[in-house]
Order: sequence, then C-alpha cells, then structure tokens
Amino acid sequence: MRFTLNGTTVSPDVSGSRRLLDVLRENLHLTGTKEGCGEGECGACSVLVDGDVVNSCLVAVGQVEGCQVTTVEGLADGGRLTALQQAFIERGAAQCGICTPGMLLAAHALLEENPRPSEDDVRVGLAGNLCRCTGYTKIIDAVLACRT
Amino acid sequence: MSETSATVGRPVPRREGADKVTGRARYTDDLVVDGAWYGKTIRSSIARGRIRAITYDPGFDWSKVTVVTARDIPGENVVQLIRDDQPALATEEIRHREEPILLIAAPDRETLATAERAVRIEYETLEPVFDVGRATETYSTIEILKGEVVEALKVAEVVVERSFSVGLQEQLYIEPQGAIAIPEEGGGIKVIGSLQCPYYVHRALKRALALSDEQAVVIQAETGGGFGGKEEYPSLVAIHAALLARKAGRPVRLIYDRHEDLAATTKRHPGIIRHRTGVRRDGTLVAQDIEIVLDGGAYCTLTPVVLSRAAIHAAGPYSCPNVRIRARAVATNTPPNGAFRGFGAPQSLFAAELMVEHVAERLGVPSLDLRKKWMLRLGDTTATGQKLTESVSAELVIDAALKAAPPFHRSNVPSVRRGRGLSLVFHGSGFTGSGEKKLGGKVAVEASADGTFTILTASTEIGQGTKTIFTQIAADALGVPLDRVIVGPQDTSLVPDSGPTVASRTAMIVGGLIHEAAVDLRDQLAKRRPPPTTWPLRVEKTYVQPDRIHWDDQTYQGDAYPVYAWACTIVDVDVDMLTGEVRVTDLVSAVDCGKAIHPVMAEGQIEGGMLQAVGWATIEEIKMKDGGYQNDRLATYVIPTALDAPRIKTILVENPYSGGPFGAKGIGELPMDGPAPAIVAAIHDATGVWLDEVPATPEKVLKACASR
Repeated sequence: MRFTLNGTTVSPDVSGSRRLLDVLRENLHLTGTKEGCGEGECGACSVLVDGDVVNSCLVAVGQVEGCQVTTVEGLADGGRLTALQQAFIERGAAQCGICTPGMLLAAHALLEENPRPSEDDVRVGLAGNLCRCTGYTKIIDAVLACRT
Repeated sequence: MSETSATVGRPVPRREGADKVTGRARYTDDLVVDGAWYGKTIRSSIARGRIRAITYDPGFDWSKVTVVTARDIPGENVVQLIRDDQPALATEEIRHREEPILLIAAPDRETLATAERAVRIEYETLEPVFDVGRATETYSTIEILKGEVVEALKVAEVVVERSFSVGLQEQLYIEPQGAIAIPEEGGGIKVIGSLQCPYYVHRALKRALALSDEQAVVIQAETGGGFGGKEEYPSLVAIHAALLARKAGRPVRLIYDRHEDLAATTKRHPGIIRHRTGVRRDGTLVAQDIEIVLDGGAYCTLTPVVLSRAAIHAAGPYSCPNVRIRARAVATNTPPNGAFRGFGAPQSLFAAELMVEHVAERLGVPSLDLRKKWMLRLGDTTATGQKLTESVSAELVIDAALKAAPPFHRSNVPSVRRGRGLSLVFHGSGFTGSGEKKLGGKVAVEASADGTFTILTASTEIGQGTKTIFTQIAADALGVPLDRVIVGPQDTSLVPDSGPTVASRTAMIVGGLIHEAAVDLRDQLAKRRPPPTTWPLRVEKTYVQPDRIHWDDQTYQGDAYPVYAWACTIVDVDVDMLTGEVRVTDLVSAVDCGKAIHPVMAEGQIEGGMLQAVGWATIEEIKMKDGGYQNDRLATYVIPTALDAPRIKTILVENPYSGGPFGAKGIGELPMDGPAPAIVAAIHDATGVWLDEVPATPEKVLKACASR
C-alpha cells in the first residue's frame, strides 16, 4: 500500500479495505480531515485524490494506491497560508471550523478547475460540503475573493 | 462605558483562525490518548415500558470488555439539571426510544461491535403517549397577565382566532457529540469533550460519580458547533464516558456517530400556539390571548426555561394593553427535547408574527402598517409589564430592512410564483428574569510580569467568536494591543464559572464582566508605584444585577430581560406550483445588536442563524414513527446546502445598550426568530394560501394549494 500524501510518499501498513479517512486520521495522524456523518453526505472528510474532491469516508484506502492525496495539512506551503486559507480567516468563512478543512479542499479544487468561477459556480462547487454556522455567504465571498 | 475602541468594531483576525484553516485545531475525536478504549451506549428499542431482562451471550468472552449498568453508578443515578427525573442509565423504567441502558468499552472497535451484538434486552412494553393532548404529566405552566383580556375581547370590534404549529428540529452541529474520560490519581476523573457549558458537565459529573469539586475536571476541546445541542446533552455523554473509564481503569473515548447523534440527542421543542387577537376597526390592538403547548419529550431537561422564553416572547414586539399568555409544557414518550438556538422564542414568535398577517388580512390593510402601529417604542411596556427605557429599535430595523431589500419582481415562469414576506422580532439578551442574579457568573483577568494578560472564563468558543471578541474587549479596556491578551483554556480546574454559553449572554453579560475586570486591572496597574512584585495580578468579577432590574418569578411580572435585540427580516420565495417546493431566493435582515464588537463575525453569526431558520421553515422535517425519528441519518435529515441557500444580506444597526460592553447586546439567538414567519407570509403572497405551520414542506404546500 503506497500513495503520495501531501507530496510525500507514504506506505501505511493497513488493510486496503480500511476507510481512507481512518487511515489518514489514525495511522498517518493527520486529524485535519473530519468525520461528520460517515456516509458521504456532509463533506467534512473531503480530501483531494489526484485533484478531485472525494469523501474519504466512502473510499477504501486500497483505491488510492499510487494516487496523489491532498489533505488540509497539505495546503499551506510550510508556514505560509494559501490565499484561500487567508481569505477564509479574513472574511469570516471559518466559524466552528469543523467543515473548514473539507470546504477549503472543495474550494481549492474548484479554483484549480475554474479560476474565475461565478457565484453560482461556487455554490455548485461547494454543494457537497455542509456548513451549519455561516449560512455559506461568507464562505462564498472568500472563494470569490480568490479568483484570479 | 466609553472607551477608545482600537479593536472593537473592527474585523480583527479570528484568534484560532489559523489553526482552523490548517487542520491544527484539535476537536475531541482528534485527541490521541494513550491506552484509550472505545465506548458505546446501548439504548432502548421501545418508547415506553420496563426492562424485563438483560442477557449477555455466553458465547462472547466478556472479560475482554467493560460493561457498565446503572448498578455501577457510584453517586446518584441522575443527570443534574432542573428536575431530577432523568437517569444516567435506565434501571427499570423506559420512557423513550434510544434511552441509555448500558455502556460497553472495548480495546478496539471490532470487539466493541461484537460485544454490542451479544447483548439482549427484553422489555415489557407499555402504551406510549405521543400526543400532547393526551399527556398526563406537565413539566411547567406559566401565566402572564396584563390588563383585562377577557373584557377587552368582549368589546373588541374585530376578533381573529388562529392556531399554529411548529415542528421538531435538529441542531445539526457538524461535529457529533463526544467526550473522552481519563481516570486520574486520587479517584478523580478528567473529561475532555465537545461542549458549550463546562460547569454544567462538572456539576453533573460530581453528582453521578460522587466526586468532589477538585476530583471532577472538565475541559472543552475545540468544538464543532453547538446551537444549544451541546448545552445539556454533553452532561450525559460525559457521565457515560466517565463511568466506563472508572470501571475500566483506563481512558475511554465515547464519540457518537451521526446516526446515534440524530436518533438520540435533543431536538427543538415542537409546539402548538393558539392566538385570539382583538382589534378596533382602525387597527388599534386591544387584546392578545395566547395559549402555548410545548412537547418536552420524555424528560424535563431545560423545558421549563424554554417555555419561559417562549411565553415571554409570545406577544411579539408589540404594545398591547391587555395580554394573557398561558403556557404549558408536557411530557410525552419521545426522546427529550432541549436547548436549541432561540430557546422557545422562534416557536412563539412564529405564531405572533403570522397573527399580524391574519389580522391585517381581516382588516384589509397592509401588515406592515399594523406592525408600525403596534410596535414597541421607547417607554412602552411589554406583556410582563417591563417598561422599555433604552435601545428599542423596532422602527430602526424596519426602516433599514426596507431600504436594503432588493427590488421585487413577480416570477415570469408560469409554474413558479414569487412572493415576499416580512417579519419583526425581538429577543431578550441574557438569562430570563432573575437568572443572571441567581447564577452570579464570574470571570478573572490576570496581568503577568511579561506584560501579557490572560482572560479566565468558562465561556466557550463554539464558532461564534467568543475568544476573539473577549480579546478585543479586554485589549481595548486595558489599552494594550490584541497580541498581549490571551484567553485561558476552558478547563474547570483553571477558570471560574462564568455560567453557560447560552441565552445570547456571552458578549453582553460575560463580555461585560471581562470589561469591568480589565478596567479595574488597568487602574490598579496605573496606581501601583512601584509596580507589584508578585505576579500575576488578578482581578475577579462576579455579575451583580443592576438595581433598576426588577423581576418577580411568581407573578412573571417585571423586567424579563435587561434589554432586547431587534430584527426585521424580508424574504423572497419562489414556490414551484407543480412540486410544492419552496425556495428562498433572497433574504435581507436588519439587526440591532447594540454594538457589533466584531462586525464580520456578527454578520456571520446572523447569516448562519438565518439559514438555520430557513431550514426549519422549509426542508427540515422530522418524521416520527413509534416514538423514534424516522429520518435519523444525514441522507434523510436534510439541511440547506450552498446551492439551497439564498444570498443573505445583513444590515447591522447599532443602537447601543448602556449595560453592555461598548453598547453590545446579545446576537446569538435572534437570527433564528425572524425567517420562518417571513417565509410563510411570502408563501401566502406567492400562492394566496396560509400554512400556519412549519416546516412548509412540498407536501403541505401542495395540499394547501389544492384545498383552496
């Protein structure tokens, strides 16, 4: 079992049937990825697999063999926050913060694919990630502020 | 309280913002505790009855796990709150589905799951009560009287009667409930958990586990949302985790999955509210006769206090000479209902606001005209006889909302009808009546030799920005930069009891205490020549109710709250006449919170609350079957996504309150009050039908339209 996690090759000694979410949190000790529902509804466990947003609670770790996996811990370059992370702080897009890692990854993937999304594009892009604190307005504004 | 506000009123970075955007923030389930076992709660599968037998499959090796039943409780088998009716674990009587019966802890999840399947519980079932009309037990009753309602209704020129109903709602914090209990030397227990009120949990632990003040330690981990759902329920989770840890002699993690959280934890109280309103033909309001019945579920929890807030807000933000409000909360055999943002007020204000619409329709006048005629103004008295002497903003928020509302256009799609609705609400800041006085919340601020300051408070950060606004308030009062002030951990062994993080009290009451302490500390430091030699220098403050506030718990007369926050909300909806689907397309709300300590966070809290209310009003329906929630998974309990949410525009109106830090009033709950009645009014504007109930699901909308 081998894949690239946030730019580094990892080979956790686990059964390929374990959930990617659990392997990330329990075997690789990256707890930034959260479990909100365990059935792919809330998006709190969103990670990127080869650039695509997936719910890591629905993915068996065996499925990411040889893939590039990115978690929230892999966004900031060293100590430097990305523009998106900075915008989330400045614009009040993170409140309780539990949806934030997944939301950031979904937003990151959206901007990678479409650097100039409309508000509707952003709403569609984030529709798989639930937030109960913000009403989404400030999250959407943070993403729109990062258009290039 | 005039202070130079270097940071108050400015959107400074959230204190724990960087941790939250990098994944460094540690929530309960993120904490690694060496040697911890996994715990699970085994619950009843019936709504009412008695446990006849619990059998443990002899095929399973029970020495591999720890099992806890009610017999293992060293203290009293009770969840400390208002009434001592709720056991931590059922002994014999079962009063609701999902009632905790026994606990299991195991070294790994697989063993735990096997053990769980090896337990059989047999019951003797009894006929459950689900209908509030057939309930035989009452948790509390309240009567508020002003003037002579019966006489006034007799002579009123027009009397309008109407009944409203409101449904259950799940808080749906994205982080489920959870706690980790760690046995300590000397028989103590430390519990780290996802919670709003460390000292509620502390008291509950002490009582159930027979611990001293020092032996019970409660620490709040980073908490992924609360909305009231982590006000009282975490006491139960903590007791369970602690019982398992005590018996197992090792740490135990008790983390709920979403299904268990939805199926077992508290919901918003459903209710029925009846109004009889008497007016003169010119629209003058002469009498409001209101009856409220709330369903408390199987145990009392906080129901009497929820009922109190519901009753006090039931007449709406209006001035009426004759008011009678009769409220009661009853017991049924559903899981207990409990704290949820708004705490009864959204239920009663829904009815009050729609009543304005019905009276306006009867009189043939615009409802906005009636609101302006009836609304509370400076010097008016509320239903409890409270004379409003400052920061009364009904007119201000109406004007601000109307000014900010987008132009309204009817839909040009034939099958979609668009409508607009408006609501006016107020919400009392802080505990009701004598609550704050009885509680006597405490904080401390300490100055260290290195020039830094520490705020010591039990008030929790649950997303609303507590840590940031407290830092702003203290830094400005001390006259130091923000980075010189830190907020100490929410750990009962380190911080005083500031009271719970509830009731829109954190900024106004606890923030006020921090302000007082910081000002005192600044003055002391300025006077000390030479400077003190022993550090830290500490100032502690305890809440003292201002003399001007008078409240009588017996008669429900007087100053129900120190002050009120106000909001006027305007919503536009599209109703799909083919599917019955209601979509909120625009939402504008003008909100008076006295002073927004942090305007971006204030807006964010308002926007989140508004969307939570939109969910309650439209799609968040809980279907009951045999006393359980049918949609107890996130696939079936649906909350608004970014795609469902309207663009929410918030207008902050600042009408300062002299008793709050920098003029601040409470903001947490108010946004939950306004959207539901505005949405139902907008549905009427679109379709011509009145629903008088929420949620306004497609089924209800289609049915109402068809029967027209």
